[in-house]
Amino acid sequence: MSPKAKKSFQISDLFRSQMMIPVIAILLLTIFNLIIGPSFFNIRLEENNLGNAVLSGNLITILDNGSELAILAIGMTLVTAASGGQDISVGATIAIAGSAILKILCGDNPHPETMQAPIILAFLVGILAAMACGAFNGILVAYFKIQPMVATLILFTAGRSIAAWINNNELPIIKDIEFSYFGGFIPGIAVPTPFLIAVVCVIVIFLVMKFTNLGLYTQSVGINENASKLIGLNPVTIKFMTFVILGVCVAVCGLIKVSRISSINYSVIAKDIEMDAILAVALGGNALSGGKFSMAASILGAYVIQYLTTTLYRMKVPADALPAYKAVVVILLVVLSAPTVREFFSKRSKKLKTTRRGVA
Amino acid sequence: MKEHAVLEMKNISKTFPGVRALQNVDFTLCEGEIHALMGENGAGKSTLIKVITGVYDKDNGEAYLAGHEGPVTVHSPQEAQKLGISTVYQEITLCPNLSVAENMFIGRGSGAGLNWKKMNADTNRILQSLDIPAKANQQLGSCSLAVQQMIAIARAVDMECKVLILDEPTSSLDEQEVKKLFNLMRDLKNKGVGIIFVTHFLDQVYEVCDKITVLRDGKLVGEYEIKDLPRVQLVAKMLGKEMDDLSDIKGEQGTYTSDRSEVVYEAEGLQSNAGIRPFNFHINKGEVNGFTGLLGSGRSECVRAIFGADRVLHGKVKKNGKEVHIHKPIEAMKNGIAYLPEDRKRDGIIGDLSVRENIILALQNLKGFFKPFSKSQTYKFADEYIKLLDIKTASADTPIKSLSGGNQQKVIVARWLLANPDYLILDEPTRGIDVGTKVDIQKLVLQLAAEGKSVTFISSETDEMLRTCSRLIVMRDRQVVGELSGEDLTQNKIMSTIAGGEAKS
Ligand SMILES: Nc1ncnc2c1ncn2[C@@H]1O[C@H](COP(=O)(O)OP(=O)(O)OP(=O)(O)O)[C@@H](O)[C@H]1O
Ligand SMILES: [Mg+2]
Repeated sequence: MSPKAKKSFQISDLFRSQMMIPVIAILLLTIFNLIIGPSFFNIRLEENNLGNAVLSGNLITILDNGSELAILAIGMTLVTAASGGQDISVGATIAIAGSAILKILCGDNPHPETMQAPIILAFLVGILAAMACGAFNGILVAYFKIQPMVATLILFTAGRSIAAWINNNELPIIKDIEFSYFGGFIPGIAVPTPFLIAVVCVIVIFLVMKFTNLGLYTQSVGINENASKLIGLNPVTIKFMTFVILGVCVAVCGLIKVSRISSINYSVIAKDIEMDAILAVALGGNALSGGKFSMAASILGAYVIQYLTTTLYRMKVPADALPAYKAVVVILLVVLSAPTVREFFSKRSKKLKTTRRGVA
Repeated sequence: MKEHAVLEMKNISKTFPGVRALQNVDFTLCEGEIHALMGENGAGKSTLIKVITGVYDKDNGEAYLAGHEGPVTVHSPQEAQKLGISTVYQEITLCPNLSVAENMFIGRGSGAGLNWKKMNADTNRILQSLDIPAKANQQLGSCSLAVQQMIAIARAVDMECKVLILDEPTSSLDEQEVKKLFNLMRDLKNKGVGIIFVTHFLDQVYEVCDKITVLRDGKLVGEYEIKDLPRVQLVAKMLGKEMDDLSDIKGEQGTYTSDRSEVVYEAEGLQSNAGIRPFNFHINKGEVNGFTGLLGSGRSECVRAIFGADRVLHGKVKKNGKEVHIHKPIEAMKNGIAYLPEDRKRDGIIGDLSVRENIILALQNLKGFFKPFSKSQTYKFADEYIKLLDIKTASADTPIKSLSGGNQQKVIVARWLLANPDYLILDEPTRGIDVGTKVDIQKLVLQLAAEGKSVTFISSETDEMLRTCSRLIVMRDRQVVGELSGEDLTQNKIMSTIAGGEAKS
């Protein structure tokens, strides 16, 4: 093959690339919404209850609410790649991180008039708590070689009680408006803060992937652990590291989540988010059995899930029926992207071509 | 169909993205013949086999089977098996975490309830009749590569078949086992089975085969009776050019001096948890030495201990005269040691990563986590070695797993050459590599030595060892039993040392 042919981008490359599924999903959802009524895409500048001019509209909702998922998808992608399994405890550990953040901010009184500590300090403690959870999972998976799903089942079950215990089972409430900025809007900025935070996280991870070998090593370990050992990599360290990184992502989500309501509901906060995060990874065309991954596709996958949710809300699907609808769409997407199905279609199209040629 | 033909492939084409693996290839197999399929690495041998057995769909062409009217389309390996085509693929396709018996019987059950007792007994009988040192209830992954290969063969042979396909079945076997396999093949041949045999060992071709079909770059060169095609011509047909003399790189060995009495690496009482007895070992600057012994004698385990690939239990190790601590591969690498493992699929390739990434991984890891090479730099490295070792790949970005077996091996060799070690351990580096490249690699080893590097070489082919090594360490029953150098480096002497005093009859 000539080097030129390699460089020129072809549409068929897209079809073979991992980005195909999320991109096609976005296109389909967009077409669907355009048919139902293009007003879906209206964006307005409105004044919120704090008197700030902020953007609003369905698209903004998607960017806003999809942020936590996108941030989690980053960590989940790495964990999946290196260990070939998923962390199902992220929802519960978000509760732990959120609870820890509130505990620091409130001090001894669950309903303080003003915050008792700087937010940055509280956030750092949240990060430490979430990283500790990640490290716990990481040790079980990497060192003791327990299946990731099983290992993280422990915190999945216990996490929310631990979160409640951190605050003596009380419901702390922060009254400072400042704290609500992270889950809302910063005065003078019309874009929702969670989206900005997500953008920062994405930039950070892409810088990390560019300036370190994180991507190469996690994939290598995920694909062939034996061979990785013999080129001097340490699979235990690398898997452990991915869980800790996921911990950091969890802490950021925790901050956004508790900031959104300036409080916490231990049993509801970030409920079922682990499943959506895993889905985001799968929708990104990444093998859940580990190995090669595309970070961008996972992140896009996260927003696809939020896009789908918002679209279903628009169709007035009742909240409790939502998961069922979502499941149907997801099954369709995943099945369509399965290698066997893709092969079937490519064979079909080839055969069509040859028979047509034969006729002509 | 021709008379007596059991299998006839006509006008077969198969294209992969960026590669035309087969172009209008014809192939005919008659009953009761052993038919060699020859060609360089990447010539399309395995692809042709996979088309026959339905692993790949052909783009073009027809297949005919004896007893079937008109062209047959085989959709899957299972279907091929039902049609009487039994296959041993180049890369072992058994399940390492199942038992030997399960592997023997998996996927061919009549569906009726499995009788474990009978299955185990049958398996033990088969293993025994072929002298395979394994137990029915042993986990397959715990067997050595050679034993796994024998089990794969036993599995294929045990099935009732009209066509038996063996894709490089002998790549990790030693002479004894090859002999057993050949006897088996001759038996089947006499029963009228048609056998397709792929190998890079020319001796073996001339020992058992009746016909040769040669492929080059995906195209058919021709079909020949064995007596009409002497070795030299066969090689010329495969390479498309005359080859420089095979047997005589030993001559060059004269120019290289092994006694640069500077010890590069030295181990005393080294022992790992892989079950070898403690051993002493050293290698000088510019020396090529080797471990020899029967399969399972512990030669691979010794070099793994040197590299820290297995857990090192005790032993004192000196590198360049300084005592060093080598318990992990990375420590060995930092001390300038490289190790090319024996089992390419399990320990070598990172299948889904590209050829480029596979090449740079070792050097990249030495350089450090926070210092990735620039993309353009990695392309430069990859392109350099693709050219140097003549690796056949569509591009540097092709996943390594879609390369032909021999070309995958070359990529792993490239990986360690790029890391530029001063002591290189090569465990079966020429496994699955074609005759032309084999000589190139042997030359490369001698050239490295001439540059002052040290190389430890392991090969099942004594020939190859004699051609490259100036000192051989002989192993038996997991311990070092002797050392040969100079005058003693002869086939006979090696055999007698392995056997323990008396030469084997
Ligand atoms: N699954 C695949 N995807 C893409 N390319 C492939 C695939 N399988 C084989 N090829 C390409 O087809 C060509 C022929 O490969 P094949 O494995 O048939 O060679 P071979 O003759 O068996 O070589 P070897 O002696 O090294 O085993 C090679 O260039 C290889 O890169
Ligand atoms: Mg092959």
